[in-house]
Amino acid sequence: MSENVILPGTTLAQPAAEAHPWRWSPPRNTWLVRLFDYRPFLAALCLFPAAALLLVFLTYPLGLGMWLAFTDTRIGRAGVYVGLENFESLWHDRIFWLAVTNTLFYTAVATVGKFGLGLWLALLLNNNIPFKSLIRAIVLVPWIVPTVLSAIAFWWIYDPQFSIISYVLRSAGLIDANIDFLGSPWNARLSLIAANIWRGIPFVAISLLAGLQTISPSLYEAAMLDGATPWQRFINVTLPMLMPVLSVVLTFSVLFTFTDFQLVYAITRGGPVNSTHLMATLAFQRGIPGGQLGEGAAIAVAMIPFLVAATLISYFGLARRKWQQGESND
Amino acid sequence: MTEAAAVKPIVERQGALSWDSIPRRIVTVYVPLLLFIIVLLFPFYWMAITTFKPNNELYNYKDYNPFWVHSPTLQNVKKLLFDTDYPQWLMTTMGIAAAATCISIFASVLAAYAIQRLRFHGSNWVGLSIYLAYLVPPSILFIPLATMVFKLGLFDSPLALILTYPTFLIPFCTWLLIGYFKSIPYELEECALIDGATRLQILRRITLPLAVPGLISAGIFAFTLSWNEFIYALAFIQSSEKKTVPVAVLTQLVQGDDYQWGALMAGALFGSIPVALLYSFFVEYYVSSLTGAVKE
Repeated sequence: MSENVILPGTTLAQPAAEAHPWRWSPPRNTWLVRLFDYRPFLAALCLFPAAALLLVFLTYPLGLGMWLAFTDTRIGRAGVYVGLENFESLWHDRIFWLAVTNTLFYTAVATVGKFGLGLWLALLLNNNIPFKSLIRAIVLVPWIVPTVLSAIAFWWIYDPQFSIISYVLRSAGLIDANIDFLGSPWNARLSLIAANIWRGIPFVAISLLAGLQTISPSLYEAAMLDGATPWQRFINVTLPMLMPVLSVVLTFSVLFTFTDFQLVYAITRGGPVNSTHLMATLAFQRGIPGGQLGEGAAIAVAMIPFLVAATLISYFGLARRKWQQGESND
Repeated sequence: MTEAAAVKPIVERQGALSWDSIPRRIVTVYVPLLLFIIVLLFPFYWMAITTFKPNNELYNYKDYNPFWVHSPTLQNVKKLLFDTDYPQWLMTTMGIAAAATCISIFASVLAAYAIQRLRFHGSNWVGLSIYLAYLVPPSILFIPLATMVFKLGLFDSPLALILTYPTFLIPFCTWLLIGYFKSIPYELEECALIDGATRLQILRRITLPLAVPGLISAGIFAFTLSWNEFIYALAFIQSSEKKTVPVAVLTQLVQGDDYQWGALMAGALFGSIPVALLYSFFVEYYVSSLTGAVKE
């Protein structure tokens, strides 16, 4: 310890680290420390856990799935390459085509509903209202709760005998008999879409609200000085400024609605008589309980073109956004 | 910021002009908002009220108003807790969610730090590929993952879920944390570099302590996402006692055509409460990081 006492006049001659013994200085000289400070090595090391997990459990299965689509693998039996046989049989499969059209219909209608209502809710929340943060928290609840559990609540709400909606409508004298929400194909499809919209509104509304709050009030001021009506302000200021956020949220929403599984599986399991199957639920039914892994994988692979299209839209949406905000591309 | 603050009064005055009267504001803002809240919350209200209804009320709308419980009972809750494996399912779900969250946060922090701070050659491409990984939905992965799980001998083991959940948690958390690291001034790290700190010291002593709010919100997100996950848990787990809550409620409580709606709703309610509680404690972090992630 006595060596560390610095005598007056000797400070300048001492190396910096010894001149300030109270400051911890790194042991710079070992090769290990230098290796860990070498940026490319450190970057590789830091990326390793994430990259390893994603490569093994995401990239590899993605490739494996495409391979399985061309085999006749079943549960407990490795398959052999059968070329396009799975796709050929799907091509003549009425249930598969019904699932494709169901998925497209489900995605289209649910997305329009979610965005219409979500945008409306976002505009309402953007007003000056009391208990703003509390209301915002409440609105997010349907999105937080496990989808399957809220789907079970909808299942009970759609019960053929004890549906609360039927009860209310009958008490109001609007209908004479209970609505069979899940019994006929079209009722079931629309009921599922309603549940999906219900679940999707919070995410859309809160994301768009964030977008709304970034719009500078000076733009509205300028529009009002020019004599724009509220509707014109919405069309010419709000919508264009909201477009970047809208396009990203839209892509996510389309992607996750298109590949939706939980809601349909929980409420109808594809019934009545396979009429509400989406591609994901059909893939599951054929693949896991049905044991036809190859055919299930082929159905899943058939979803990929749609997903790629949605992702490309997202990419161009993002590119446009940076240009609009004048950000550098870093 | 000052500009926005300066024009705000004008906009508010103009707003008062366009919504010239309070009745009009009630019709255009408060009534629709109230309807939205009622519709968004009704299924939960219905879930809760069904849980506490005795069976004779549950199926008799003529004598009892269905919107209220006349003689509340804990029968359904008791049935759920003591006649089923529900406590076991809760524990399993919590364990799996906690483990998957820890793995994902560890991997994501390192990855986000490497991408955002070390700025190596090609870091943009790595960032983009992680963003793309988030866009790969579990619905197209579960079949090949199921064959992998079989081959690895992990079928019907919680480990299958702990290892597969990070596939959607890591991209999400990394993305969120990259955004968060961006908001921490780089000058702080430069100062530390000049003072002779190594990069790992900087991560441990400067970046991580500053990123704690971001880590908490990423952790909550990851936990709720794994709690809510359904398709992997449905495909990879078979024995009743190892199932997670969402799967178990749907597959174990529904037997035949005789649905026990009371117990089923109780299961749904108690499966939702932990996530809702966790969320309500951290709602500020949650909303700000959600909007931050979108703004990013």
